Amino acid sequence: MSDLLIELFSEEIPARMQAAARENLKKLVTDGLVEAGLTYESARAFSTPRRLVLTVQGLTPESKPVREERKGPRTDAPQAALDGFLRSTGLTLDQLEKRADKKAEVYFAVIEKPGRKAAEIIAEVLERTIRTFPWPKSMRWGSGSLRWVRPLHSILCLLGDEGGAEVVPMSVDGIVAGNTTGGHRFMAPARFAVSSFDDYTAKLRRAFVMLDSAEREAHIWNDAQNQAFARGLELVPDAGLLTEVAGLVEWPVVLMGAIGAEFLHLPPEVLQTSMREHQKFFSVRNPKSGRIEGFVTVANRETADNGATILKGNLKVLSARLSDARFFWENDLRVAKAGMGDWAEGLKAVTFHNKLGSQADRIARIAALAREIAPLVGADPDQAARAAGLAKLDLRSAMVGEFPELQGTMGRYYALEAGEPETIANAARDHYSPLGPSDAVPSEPVSVAVALADKIDTLTGFWAIDEKPTGSKDPFALRRAALGVIRLVLGNGVRWRIADIRMVHLLQQKLTENGPFKFSNEVMADLLSFFHDRLKVFLRDQGIRHDVIDACLAMPGNDDLTLLVKRAEALQAFLGSDDGTNLLQGFKRANNILTQAEQKDGVEYSFGADPKFAETDEERALFAALDAGEAAIAPAMVQEDFAAAMAAMAKLRAPIDAFFTAVQINTDNAIVRRNRLNLLHRIRALVAQVADFTKVEG
Amino acid sequence: MSATDTPRSFQEIILRLMTYWGSRGCAVLQPYDMEVGAGTFHPATTLRSLGNKPWAAAYVQPSRRPTDGRYGENPNRLQHYYQYQVLIKPSPPDLQELYLGSLNAIGIDTSLHDIRFVEDDWESPTLGAWGLGWEVWCDGMEVSQFTYFQQVGGHDCKPVSGELTYGLERLAMYVLGIDHVMDMPFNDPKSPIPLKYGDIFRQTEEEYSRHNFDGATTEMLLRHFEDAEAECERLLAFDPQDPNSGKRIIMAHPAYDQCIKASHLFNLLDARGVISVTERQAYIGRVRALAKKCADAFVQTEAGASVETAA
Repeated sequence: MSDLLIELFSEEIPARMQAAARENLKKLVTDGLVEAGLTYESARAFSTPRRLVLTVQGLTPESKPVREERKGPRTDAPQAALDGFLRSTGLTLDQLEKRADKKAEVYFAVIEKPGRKAAEIIAEVLERTIRTFPWPKSMRWGSGSLRWVRPLHSILCLLGDEGGAEVVPMSVDGIVAGNTTGGHRFMAPARFAVSSFDDYTAKLRRAFVMLDSAEREAHIWNDAQNQAFARGLELVPDAGLLTEVAGLVEWPVVLMGAIGAEFLHLPPEVLQTSMREHQKFFSVRNPKSGRIEGFVTVANRETADNGATILKGNLKVLSARLSDARFFWENDLRVAKAGMGDWAEGLKAVTFHNKLGSQADRIARIAALAREIAPLVGADPDQAARAAGLAKLDLRSAMVGEFPELQGTMGRYYALEAGEPETIANAARDHYSPLGPSDAVPSEPVSVAVALADKIDTLTGFWAIDEKPTGSKDPFALRRAALGVIRLVLGNGVRWRIADIRMVHLLQQKLTENGPFKFSNEVMADLLSFFHDRLKVFLRDQGIRHDVIDACLAMPGNDDLTLLVKRAEALQAFLGSDDGTNLLQGFKRANNILTQAEQKDGVEYSFGADPKFAETDEERALFAALDAGEAAIAPAMVQEDFAAAMAAMAKLRAPIDAFFTAVQINTDNAIVRRNRLNLLHRIRALVAQVADFTKVEG
Repeated sequence: MSATDTPRSFQEIILRLMTYWGSRGCAVLQPYDMEVGAGTFHPATTLRSLGNKPWAAAYVQPSRRPTDGRYGENPNRLQHYYQYQVLIKPSPPDLQELYLGSLNAIGIDTSLHDIRFVEDDWESPTLGAWGLGWEVWCDGMEVSQFTYFQQVGGHDCKPVSGELTYGLERLAMYVLGIDHVMDMPFNDPKSPIPLKYGDIFRQTEEEYSRHNFDGATTEMLLRHFEDAEAECERLLAFDPQDPNSGKRIIMAHPAYDQCIKASHLFNLLDARGVISVTERQAYIGRVRALAKKCADAFVQTEAGASVETAA
C-alpha cells in the first residue's frame, strides 16, 4: 500500500474559496483514481492561503488488469455488422474468437486491459484535475495559458511507502512536479524537500505554517478568548469571520487592543460592523456594561517587538475608520433629532425601480397598506402608518450609506432620537424580518403590520410590472418576500384574505399613481397561486402531505392562510388515525358509486334521501348518523373548529362501513335505489364541507 | 530583508519608488498630461497592456476624483491625489517579491509589519477591463492594489500584465506617521524652505471642491462630452493610409485622449449631481464603447499588435 501527497503551491488564494477548493481537490483526485481502477483507505485535504494539499492513504500500487468479453454478430452475419463490431472493439478479425451460442456460431471479442502503475494514473488524474479545477473565478498569468485562482508556482507530488517516496513524474504547463515546498512567506521563505505527509507537516510547522485550517481556527479562538478573559472581557462569537481570518494566515498571531474612549458611545452594531467589514477584527465586549470596548486582530507573523508595531498600525487604521463612523453618526443624529425630514425629502429623488417610482412613492404605498392591515393584526392604524412612513428613512442616512447591512438597526436608533415611541422605532428595525426561513418573526403588532405591508407592496408591485421570479432567477427576492408573508401571517395567527377586494383596490389605486399598471384579476390570481406554491413548500417542510394541502387548497377561503393551515393540520391528523383512513375508504366508495350512477343516469342525486324508504337497520342507522353528523359539523365549521368537525366525521365511519356491508345500492326497486344514491350524496356533501377528499390519496 | 531607514518626506517616497522600479528594469515614465481618474488611464497602462510586445513602465500619475473633494478638510480624502503605477508585461513570476522589495525600499520593514494579500478583484466598467488580484494590507491598512489584467477594452490580455497601484498619500502618511494629509512634509522638513502638502494643495482642494460641486457649467460639460465622443469616433474612422506621409497611421492615441476627456467630463457631471441613477449606466456605457473602439484600433498598430513569434 502506498501514500500519496499532493501540494499545489500558489499566490494567495481568496479565503472564501478555500473550503470548497479542499473538497473539490479531494473529490476530483480520489474519484479519478478510483475510476482508473485504484482503491484507497482514506483521504484528507487541507488549505492555507498559499497551498492546497491532499493526502491519500492506503493507495493500491497498481490497478487490476481488466478482462472484458463482448458478444458480437453471428459468423454468418452481413459484412457491415462485422465491420461495425470490429470498429467498436478496436480489434481485427483474427483477434476475435468464434463460439457456439445456442443455435448459431457467434464472434466474441476478448479485450484485456493490463494493470497500470499508480504513478502513471496519478500523473494523469492530477493534470486533469489542475486543468479542469472548478474555481469560482480563475485567471491566466505571465505568458502561459493555464488557469488557476492565482498564479500557480509549484507542484509537490510524492508517492511512497515505508521504503521511501518518489516524485510522481508529471508536469503542467512547464511546472514540473517535485518534492519541495516553501515555508511562511516572511518567517521562513526558503524551499525544502519532504519525504512523507508526516515529514511535510512537521517541517511546515518548523517553517511557521499551520497546515490545518481547523487547527488555525481553534488556535485563534482559544487565544483570543484567553486574552479577553484575562482582561475581564468576552469575545463576541463570529463563526464566519473566524473561518475567513483562518484563511488569511498561515501562522496566526492573536493581538488584542482597546477601542479609544472617544468611540465607545457609538452603537455596538456600528462598532462591530465597521471593525468586521473594514478590518476583519473580532469585537470584544465588557460583560458588565454590554459595550464593545476592545478588538482582536489576527496577524500572520511573530515579530521581534511581539506585535507592538502591528497593533499600533491597526489601531491607527481603526481610529480613522471609527472617526468616519462617528462623523456619520453625529451628522445623522442632527437629521434624526430634527424629525428625519431631510431624509424623507431625499428619498423622493432615489429610484426604487424605474417602473415602480421612487423610494418615497414606495414608502407612501407601504404606509397606506399598513394602515389597512393594522386592525387585522391588532395594531393602531395611525401608529402603523406612522411607523411605515419612518421605517425606511435611514436608507438616506450616512451610516447606512456606508454600511447597508445596518439598515433598520440604525432606523431604530434614529427614530428613538426623533422622539418616537419604542413601538414605532422597533418597526424600523423589525419590518425587514423574517429574512430567511430560520429568522425570527416579529410579533409586535405595529411591526407585523409594517412588515406585511412592505412585503405585500413588493410582491404586488413586481407582479404588476411582470417581473416575476423564473427558475433560479429571483433578483428581487420575491420568493423570500412571499415566505415572509406566510410566516408573518401564520406566526401571528393573522386572519386575513390575501385576495381581499378592498386591499386589491387600494393597491391598484396606489400603484396607478406611479404609472399605468394593469393589476387585473388575472394578475391577482397568479400572485395567489404563487403564494400557494410557496405555502406548499413551507408546509411540506413542516411535514404536511402534499395531497392534504391540495385537499384544503380546493376549499373556499383558500387565500386565508391561517384557516388553510388549521384545516390542513386537522386533516393530516385525522387521516393518520384508523377512523380517518377507513372513513376515507368509505367516502371514496360512496363517491365512486354515486359518480358512476350520475354519469350513467345523467342526473345529480341531490334530491334528499327519505328515511321512510329505508329497508334495513343499517340504512336507518346511517340516516341517524348523518343527521347527528350534520348537526355537529355545521356549527364546528362556523367556528372553524376542524378538530371537532373531524371527530364528528369519525363517528360516521362505523355506520358507513355497516351500510356498505349490508346494503346493495343498485337494487331493482328504482325508488329504493334512488333513495340510496341520494343518501350517498349526503355523505359526499357532508365530507365536502370539511375538505376536498377526492384530492386525498390512498 | 533588512530594516531600511525611514524617508523624511512625501517626495522622498516617490523618489525611492522611482529608483527602485527603475533599477528593476522599468522605464520610469512621466505622468500623462491629461486629467484622469486613476493611473490605469495612462496609455502606458491601458493601451500598452494590449498586444504581445513586452513592456515595463513605472510612473506617478496625478489623479482626479471630483466627487471626493472635501475642501481640504478631510484627513484622507482629496479630489486631486497621486497614484504610483507599475505595469509589467508579461507579469514576471516573482512580481509579489518585487513588490515587497518596493515596500522595504520606502522604509516598511517587513519583519516588523504584517503584510497581507487580501482578495480584491478589479473591474473598470468605463475601460471594459477586469483582472484578479488583491489589495495589499500593511497592519490592516490597504497600501496597494495588485492586479493581473485579464481583459482590457474588451480584449483578452495575452500575455497578462501585472499592475501595481500605490495610493501615494495614504502610503506616505503611514510611513511618515502623519494623521492629516495636509500636515505631511512634501519636501525635507530640514530644507531651507520646508513645504507641507497643505502648503501646496490646501487652497487648490478648496478651489476645485467648489468648482466640482458648484462652479462647473453643466451645459458646457455635457456639450464637451458629446464633442469628445464624436471626435473620438471621427478620428478612428479615418482611412489608415495617410496621404501626406504615405504611411499607415491609425490615430489610436489621439482618439484615446478623447475617451479620457469624456471619462473625466462624466466624473465632473457626476460631482455636479446632474446624472441620475439610470443615466449613470448609460454614460458609463458610452465611455466604455469609446475605450473598446480605441483598444480595437490600438491592436491594429505596431505597438499594440500581437506578433506571431517563433516557438
